[in-house]
Formats: sequence, structure tokens, C-alpha cells
Amino acid sequence: MRGERCCSEDFQHKLQLFSAADLQNMSSPPSPSPARWFRALRRTRLGEPCLKTYPLECVDVLKRARVAFRAGRTLKEGFRLAQLEAVVQMLEEHECDFVDALGRDLHKPRFETVVSELILVKNEALHAINNLRKWMQPQHVERNLSTSLDECLVVSEPLGVVLIVGTWCSPVQMCLVPLVGAIAAGNCAIISPSECTAHTAELLHRLIPFYLDNECFHVIIAGSNDLPEVVELKFDHVFFTGNGEEGSRIAQAAARTLTPVTLILGGKNPCYVDKQCDISTTAPRIAWARFHNAGQSLAAPGYILCHTDVKARLVQALKCCLLQFYGSDPRESRSYGRMVNLELFNRTRDMLWRSGKVTVGGQVIEAEKYIAPTILTEVAEQDPIMQQDFFGPVLPVLTVNDVDEAIDFINKQEKPLCVYAYSSNSKVISRLMTETSSGSFCANDSIVQSLMVALPFGGVGASGMGSYHGRHSFDTFSHRKSCLLRSTRFECVTYLRYPPYEDRNLSLMTWASTLSQKSQGWCQIL
Amino acid sequence: MSREQQAVALARKAFETGRSKPLEYRIYQLKSLQRLFIERQKDVSDAIKKDLNKSEVGTQLYETLGLEGEISLAIRKLKDWAAPRPVEKNLLTISDTVYIQPEPLGVVLIIGAWNYPWAVTIQPLIGAIAAGNAAVVKPSEVCVHTAKVMEELLPLYIDKELYPVVTGGVPETQELLRQRFDHIFYTGNSMVGKVIMEAAAKNLTPVTLELGGKSPCYIDKDCDISVACRRVAWGKYTNCGQTCIAPDYILCEPSIQNRVIEEVKKAIKEFYTDDPKTCPDYGRIINQRHFKRIMAMLEDSTIAVGGENDESDCYIAPTVLRDVKPEAKVMQEEIFGPLLPILTIGSLDEAIKFVNKREKPLALYIFSQDNKVINKMRDETSSGGLLANDCLVHYSVSSLPFGGVGNSGMGCYHGKFSFDQLSHLRACLIKQLKMEGVNSMRYPPHTPKKLGWARFFILKTVDLGWLGRMALLAIMVVAAAVVLQNYLL
Repeated sequence: MRGERCCSEDFQHKLQLFSAADLQNMSSPPSPSPARWFRALRRTRLGEPCLKTYPLECVDVLKRARVAFRAGRTLKEGFRLAQLEAVVQMLEEHECDFVDALGRDLHKPRFETVVSELILVKNEALHAINNLRKWMQPQHVERNLSTSLDECLVVSEPLGVVLIVGTWCSPVQMCLVPLVGAIAAGNCAIISPSECTAHTAELLHRLIPFYLDNECFHVIIAGSNDLPEVVELKFDHVFFTGNGEEGSRIAQAAARTLTPVTLILGGKNPCYVDKQCDISTTAPRIAWARFHNAGQSLAAPGYILCHTDVKARLVQALKCCLLQFYGSDPRESRSYGRMVNLELFNRTRDMLWRSGKVTVGGQVIEAEKYIAPTILTEVAEQDPIMQQDFFGPVLPVLTVNDVDEAIDFINKQEKPLCVYAYSSNSKVISRLMTETSSGSFCANDSIVQSLMVALPFGGVGASGMGSYHGRHSFDTFSHRKSCLLRSTRFECVTYLRYPPYEDRNLSLMTWASTLSQKSQGWCQIL
Repeated sequence: MSREQQAVALARKAFETGRSKPLEYRIYQLKSLQRLFIERQKDVSDAIKKDLNKSEVGTQLYETLGLEGEISLAIRKLKDWAAPRPVEKNLLTISDTVYIQPEPLGVVLIIGAWNYPWAVTIQPLIGAIAAGNAAVVKPSEVCVHTAKVMEELLPLYIDKELYPVVTGGVPETQELLRQRFDHIFYTGNSMVGKVIMEAAAKNLTPVTLELGGKSPCYIDKDCDISVACRRVAWGKYTNCGQTCIAPDYILCEPSIQNRVIEEVKKAIKEFYTDDPKTCPDYGRIINQRHFKRIMAMLEDSTIAVGGENDESDCYIAPTVLRDVKPEAKVMQEEIFGPLLPILTIGSLDEAIKFVNKREKPLALYIFSQDNKVINKMRDETSSGGLLANDCLVHYSVSSLPFGGVGNSGMGCYHGKFSFDQLSHLRACLIKQLKMEGVNSMRYPPHTPKKLGWARFFILKTVDLGWLGRMALLAIMVVAAAVVLQNYLL
């Protein structure tokens, strides 16, 4: 089978890499022993997921990472570039392994794995490699009259050791994109992929030590109940992707050690379809966004708010698209995924059965964790599917009479990660954008704004705090230290600020301040 | 409904009417705030004098002058700050509009501190107003008179529904923390900071914490010691040492310790006369509790200068301690008082190791004439801010972000950073319902050909500069060819 052949070819390749890695001057412990190699290989072929890491073991891992950070290795540009290149190399050389692991965890089609997981991470890594020098440069800032003889800079420093907790819906992307940011910013990192996607977690656990520095970067597999305890061990930043309840527990644990957090939390992303819009283009975009990865995506449209005039046409068009994408029996299609585990499958199935009316799809097969791409109509606001968060290939369609109703509905809910609007009328789009709030906004398409390296991806309110992607990842994992470098000369000017304070001093200062307010901003001859 | 719940509910209702969104409204509020400091300067100074014994000139210099500058900056630059910020596009989005739009967060809670009550409470408020938020202002109850004046004056000048002032102590603050906010801005100490962050985390509310720490001050033996000591003395004894970025302790080599003590003594005499108690420019400790706390720190150290105190007046003379050991009481927590311990270390490396063993401070000071020394300290230590050859002044440069790291806080503000901190920077992508051909490569059924196209489009970045240069080169070549053809052949 392709998977196995890939693995044995990989084994030969890895032996070569073994010596290349030596040359790369990796830190102690040096390359793993052959015995460990064989055990790891055997484990992959048997597909056994590896053991969970308990909080006590994390103490040791954290200590090692701290020692490595204090040694200063991650500070050099050359080291960071080498690690980023190693990430790219790992993704290129093990493409089949990733496709295989994600196939087993989520039945993810090859196209989706390669495009939305591997290429995305590679893109981020290459963007970081190309821009790292620019990002690492101290930024000179605008000076005012009194500091015109001084140097005013903002220097980006690494925070220390960061914890990155991934989620199961895009397991590779959610762990590795923040990792790229953390590496670029010069930190050491401990990543914890989700235990739900056991094969992918095990693959990352196995591969990362072969490509990245063993002391600076570690992979643990912490259970979601153990995470708050792990966070309390004290990291310099915690990056968490997942759901709101877990996010809140992690944030509380982080608060106890004054650890800053970035939370990317899921929710229900509203998608408004206007009466003035080209249904034939809208439907495929929505269908792709909702049903790829069997609906298990943080940025997918959660529900549709459709104008009453176009509802019938939209549902019909969506039905045609689904036929086109997945054929008449999506179960047979190689492009269609499965639910990640039974728990989620049961939850989604229950919500599907208790909400609205099934207009398209609705078939479920428990043994395969398969849920057909389903569209629900006549959904009420009180239905379970609108009351709770869910991940799955179910698209509720609600109708509204106009834009105002849609905006009111959206504003009654918690702030989502994304708001989508489909319309050919730019005024409608403008209204939806200005009168709602969300992490990000996209008009006439879905999800693509979260794939762009230049746009920050993050939430607001209940959908999270902080953002990442591209330069924003670098900034998230850096501390911007402001530096003002003066000299001990020109004391004659500074004397104005010393006591004893006399009105003469103050009038001189106020005069000087007003003078420069007209030209440059608050002056301070202090 | 409690008073606090009512204030927050009113603020949220006022925010939802949308009146804080238009830029004109925000500028109008900022201009009214500016008028407050011009017209009611006397009331502000009187209250500060009663709380902290600061002279009127001192109040203006350290509190209101800075605020007036920040308000003018915000008024002038608001249009730029609030405008959409375009970003780099890739091949897939070349025909779309891509930008980042700053938006207000909603209702912000600002908890002030007592050491510079106006500066640390109103500066975040300026950022909140500029960003279009509603803000609940909770001044510190420790500075009793100032809190009262704030409660009276602010509603007279700025929208009292959008920006209510809620005064009170611990129970009132706890009640406020039970309400839901869109951001909490806290200035104070790390113990309370943790409590606030945990309360905020229950509602997934982001926080900005401006905390303190022990800000080290390294004096190199090769520097102008008299100027350095004068600046350190000014930084230390202003507001009687009750400044979050005051130089907490000095690190220097044993050979210059005596000189440092002499120079600091001279500076103290120059600033506050021989009897600082009678000098109008020298402040007092805020209350008895802090007085006792600071006096307890003197127990196991040698006093080189000062040490006089008067409990009834909460007066502690400007004091210097010599040969202080790292285990001494005065080195265990942030002093926040007019005690200046001097610790001796053998070299710059030892100083760096000493600083790195401790929590990251809010500010780090270094006095040296050698750039190599300054750069080494800058590269090998971490702190909220770094200032070479002076103290405190980096606070006033509005283009520098002011904030802490690690135990000294998270988030930053001042100038545009206040605006960004209290805004949500929303990513916006506006596409058209056209060019579906390009989009179709992502739809199932998936084929290897589609994958090839996807790789091409996503991995290729568009360097418009390079494209432009290539286009220019092509035009020049064509022009040259035309010229050659017409005129030479």
C-alpha cells in the first residue's frame, strides 16, 4: 500500500538525514539510538497512538526548555532560520505520513490535507524565513523635540518558553502555524496536539525531535483535563485553540501565574445571503466552506441568514453543489471526511434530529462516524443547534426579511470568530461590516481570509483574544521593549525638571510644550 | 440592582446606541476633557496636595502636562489611527480589497492607582475614548480626595453615561469585576493583578496589566557619576519614591560606592534643601500602612544617608542604604518608597546575572558612556522598558510603547498604542462574486491537477516591487529597440 511504501522509503531517507542532522550541530542528547528508531518505526506501522503526557512529566520538559532558552541558542537569527527550514523540510519529506495520519483520524482527503494543512504551514514558514531579518530589526520611532538627540527604539525580544495547545479540527495547522511564530520570535516551545486526533499527535511527537532542536522544542500530549494544571507550571505565553469553556479554564489557570494568553475559540459564524446576489457563485463557496473536513472547521459558516426571496433557490443550488462535489452518495466519495470521534458524532446527530427539518442529506452511520452533508430549514432560534456550539456537516438555514433583521440577530449572539456576507450590493456589505463585530470579516467568500498570511486571524469577546498569522504570530510571541538611549551631556537642558520647583520652571516648560505641540507632539524637556 | 451594575448597564446601553463610534463625537469628548484640565487645574492640584503633599507645580509637571499632550496627540491623529490599514495581497486576492479595520471593543473597565492618580487613570481613558469605547472609571480609593474630585468633575465635562465614574473600595471593585466587560485595564500591584485577571478570564475578557517590580539601576564605573547620581536621585525621590518605574536599587562596583553615596547626598540637598521635611517639593507616603511597611525594610541594612522619619506626618527622609545584601528585607519586594539600596557587584556580567535571576522588571536603567556596555545589557536582559543614562523619561515619549513583561505586566499603552490596545483590529476581505474559475480549483472532487494549481497560487507571493521593476525594464528594452530601429538603421 502507498502508505507503507512511503514509510520504508522514508526510513532510507531518514538514515541519510541522520548524518545531515549531525552536521547541523543539534544539541544533546544527540540523534536517537537505533533501538529507539526501530521502536518508533514499529509503532507507526502498527498505528499505535502514543501515551499521554502527565503534568509531572511536563515539569521535566519545561525545565529542559528553560535551560535551553537561558543558554541563548534561540536568539541567533541563524538558529531560527535553520529551525524554520527544518519545519519546511519535515512537511515536504513526510507529506505521505501526514496525509495517512489525517486520513485515519478524520478521513481527510489528500487535497485538503496538503492544501489546508501542509501548504499553509509551509507558506507561513517561508514568509517568516523571508522576513525574519526585517522583523528582528529594532524599530526606530518618531522622536519629539527633547529626544531628538537620543536614540528611541523598540526592540522585539523573545518571551521565553511558550505553550501551544492545538485542537483536533485542523491538527497540523493549529500546532505548527503558532510554532512557526514562536520559533521566528526566538522562543522555546512546547506543543500539545489534541489527543482526539491520536495518529496525527503521535506523528508530530515522533517527527519533531528528528527535525527540530531537542532541547528547545518538545511535544507533549496532555489530556484536556490536565491542561490547566500544565499551564500553572508557568510558561511565558500560552496559545490555545479550542472551545470557549476550555478556553476560560485555561485563561483562569494562566491568570494565577500572570501568564499572557492568546485564545482562538470556536463559535457560530453567521453567514448572510442577500436577495441581490449571484446564487450560482454563492452556493459553491458556501458549500465548500461548510462541508470541507466534514464541517469540522473553526472558520466555517455556522448558520445562514437568508433573505426570504432567495431561500428556495439557495437551498436548491446548495443541493446541486453537493451532488457535484461529493456525488449522489457522499459516503463513497474520497473527498468527504468523517467525524473525529463518537462523542462528537453523537452530539451532532442529536442536534440534527432535534432541530428544524432535514431538507438535504440527514443520513448517519454510527460505525463509520459518518454524517451526510445536511441542510436544515425551518430552524428556530431556540433549537438546540442554534443554542450550542457544534462541529459537523450540518448547515441550518434561517430566513430574515431584510438586512436590519439579520444585523439584529447577529448582534444578539456572542461575537463570533468570523462574519460572512454574500451580496452584489456594496452598501449591504458595508452595513454588515460596520454594524456587527467579529474576529474577522469576509464578503462574498468564506474561510479564505483566515488563510492569508498578511491578515491577523483571531477572535474578539467570546471568540477569543489575540491573533496570529504572519507578522502577527511574531508579535504575539515577542515582547516589544522600548529603549531610550540618552547621554549624560546637555545637563544644562535637563536642569529644568529638577526641584526646587518654581513657577519660572513651569512657565518655561509649558511654553516649550506648547511650542512643539504645534509641530511635533508632546515635548518634554524632562 | 447595585450601583455598580447600574453604571455598567447604562454604559453598555449608551455604547449600543452607537454614539461613541463617529470620530467627531470622540474628538468632541477629548476636547471637553482637555478643557477640564485647563479650567479646573486648581481643584485637581488641591486634591493631590491633600492626598500626596505634591506641590501645584509638581502636579502639573507630573500629572496634567502629560495628559494634555496625549489628548492633543489623539485629537490630531485620530483620523489616521481609525482608518482602515491596507495589507499585502497574494496572487489569489490580487483583485480584492484586503485591510485591517480598527473597531471599538465595547465597555472597558479602567482601574486606576493612587501614586499618579490622574496620569494612570486618565491616560487609558483617553485611549478608550479615542477608540470609540464606553469606559467605567474606577479611581483608587486610597487617594480619597482625588477620587472625590474625579467623581465630581468628569461627569461635568464628558458624557456621563458613556464614561461613568464609580468610586469605592474592595467590595465595590469586586462587584464591578462580577460584571462583564470587553477589556479591563488595571494599574497596580501583581497580587491584585492576578485576582483581576482571573475574574476577567471567567468572562473571557482580555486585560492590560500595568504592574510593578524592582527596577534595577546599573551604574558603570566609567560614566559621569555626578550627572548619573543626580538623575537617579530625581527618579528615585520624585513623589517620595512612589513611582512604578522608579529606580528601585543600584548595582555598582565597590570602588565607586562611596562616590555614588556622596553625589546622591549632594543631589538630595540641591533638590530638597537640608531639611526635606519643610521643603514644599518633597512628598509624603500615602498612608500609615505603607509607612510601616517601608520602615520595616530598614531593619537589616546600613543607612548611609537620611533615615529620619515622622510617623504622624507619614514622612520618610530621602534615604540611601549601603552594602545591602541580596537577602536583606529591602530586596524582597518592590520598595515604592524613598529608600535607595546600593548593592555591590564585581562586573557587568555579574550585574546581568543578578538581574536575570529575578522577575522581569518594568524598567531597567543603565548609566554608562560605553555603547558596548549598554548594548550588552539591552541584549542580555529583559524588562518592560530600558533607559540608558536617565530615569523615568521614557514614560513621556508617546511613540514608545509603555508596558511590562512577565511579572511586571502585559499589554502596553501611550499614544497610538493606547488606541490599538483598546480597539479590536478586525481583518476584512472584500471579494466579488466573479472570477469563479480561480475558486473552482478548491472544490471537490479533488484532482491532482487542481492540487498543482493550488500549490502555485498559494505558495507564490506577489512582490509588486519586483514586478514593477521587471515591467519598467521591459518597457526600457522595448523603447531602446524602437529607438535603435528608427534612428540607427
